[in-house]
Amino acid sequence: MKRFKWVIPTLYIIFMLLPIYWLLSMSFKTTNEILGTFTLFPKEFTLANYVTIFTDPTWYWGYFNSLTYVGINTVLSVSAALPAAYAFSRYRFLGDKHLFFWLLTNRMAPPAVFALPFFQFYSAMGLFDTHIAVALAHCLFNIPLAVWILEGFMSGVPKELDETAYIDGYSFPRFFVKIFIPSIASGVGVAAFFCFMFSWVELLLAKTLTSVAAKPIAATMTRTASSSGYELGLLAAAGALTIIPGAIVIWFVRNYIAKGFALGRV
Amino acid sequence: MIQKTVNQKAWWLVTPVLVLVAFNAIIPLMTVVNYSVQETFGDNVFFWEGMRWYERVLHSSRFHEALMRQLMFTGQILVIEVPLGIIVALAMPRRGVWVSVCLVLMALPLLIPWNVVGAMWNIFALPDIGLLGRIINGLGFDYNFTRQPGAAWATVVLMDVWHWTSLVVLLAYAGLRSIPDAFYQAARIDGASAWQVFRYIQLPKMKHVLTIAILLRFMDSFMIYTEPFVLTGGGPGNTTTFLSIDLVKMALGQFDLGPAAAMSLIYFLIVLLISWIFYTLMMRHERQQ
Repeated sequence: MKRFKWVIPTLYIIFMLLPIYWLLSMSFKTTNEILGTFTLFPKEFTLANYVTIFTDPTWYWGYFNSLTYVGINTVLSVSAALPAAYAFSRYRFLGDKHLFFWLLTNRMAPPAVFALPFFQFYSAMGLFDTHIAVALAHCLFNIPLAVWILEGFMSGVPKELDETAYIDGYSFPRFFVKIFIPSIASGVGVAAFFCFMFSWVELLLAKTLTSVAAKPIAATMTRTASSSGYELGLLAAAGALTIIPGAIVIWFVRNYIAKGFALGRV
Repeated sequence: MIQKTVNQKAWWLVTPVLVLVAFNAIIPLMTVVNYSVQETFGDNVFFWEGMRWYERVLHSSRFHEALMRQLMFTGQILVIEVPLGIIVALAMPRRGVWVSVCLVLMALPLLIPWNVVGAMWNIFALPDIGLLGRIINGLGFDYNFTRQPGAAWATVVLMDVWHWTSLVVLLAYAGLRSIPDAFYQAARIDGASAWQVFRYIQLPKMKHVLTIAILLRFMDSFMIYTEPFVLTGGGPGNTTTFLSIDLVKMALGQFDLGPAAAMSLIYFLIVLLISWIFYTLMMRHERQQ
């Protein structure tokens, strides 16, 4: 029985890859082939869908917009979360447990609840349709997550490290940047990865807070699906391209990803 | 476990987080609370309504049905994803190149934007042009998720299993890897069966990560919006209209701000209550260690 163990993960991975394969194969087909005949492989292999995306600014700007707000959000979330996570992992202070749980409740808040007030709030602030607005809005669920993950990693670092550094005459900021952060580098990487991930995949808030100038790629896709008929090939190509950034970052964190999902607590 | 010292100055360290999150959470949440107790006819004129919207939502069959669908959906995906994730994690190789390959390929669905997941499953499951739709119909079943309520429900569940089971696999796998080889050797000497190894060694070690997995899967599946919205639009009829879809329909589609705000808060409280139970269980476990 042990010899056939590999069958289960193999079948599971095939199940994971089938819809992705179908998306890729459609992205290389012409609209006629998609709607006219049923083929497992693209018969008239075409790159036309990808060419359209890379030459039409409304398409490729979508990618820039998404990557911009995701980048701002990741930097913002992780840098704000680092000192907070340190405080939670090292100190006891008035209301710490309540504060921690309150932060987590924001990770539990359904974005649909916040869509409308966010729209009004950011419009009133004059931030509507900017990358900053989406980046700030995504802090709602990314900061609690980053604090949670980093706190888990930091609790694994013995306190003697801090004490030795203070005896050696380090000030807190210098100790924190020079010694502490490097010692939890993998945790910072994982927290950044998760912020990237959840900001990259979220669409409800990103779509509500943008119209033209900061429109995310995923929202551009929805528009195409409805307005210009049914250009499935184009839609598939755009979808396939959204998988690439994720695939790249997964490769870098592959050995830590599980620890990250366990919030640094394995 | 680290011995924490009392230090009130730590508040300075949490201030940036507090400001950023409060900015995003408290002000919009207060807006929702405001709407939930008032009636408006536009032009920023509001009338006090008290608890009326809450009563209306709590007594409306529309809310009850959406809540029931939501609970059914969350229950079903937990019952499928958690055991499936454990089985896959148990069968995964422990070391070697295949580990990285497995991890990367399995994590792929987690990094795809949610509306792309919906669109992908749409073209994958369509009965005329989709691979899945063709296969099922080719096997002799009549399957069309755009028209049959049962098929639509099954497709949404299958999509979620595809999308999120890897999260459980990754967590369970991380738990399994933390078991020292000595445990397995001891079990072999004692002549333990595979089931006994699972029941008394592997499962207790996975308990903690599985709690996190269930907590995360509960929270996220309870908020699910984009994927079913793109796949089925909540239909056919209302078959796949979950709480978030219903809420957005009410708030942005019909502009019923009062009832929508009241429903938002009830919805939020339900998520909060159930998550709090999981969270308490998790923290109690962490203290025991």
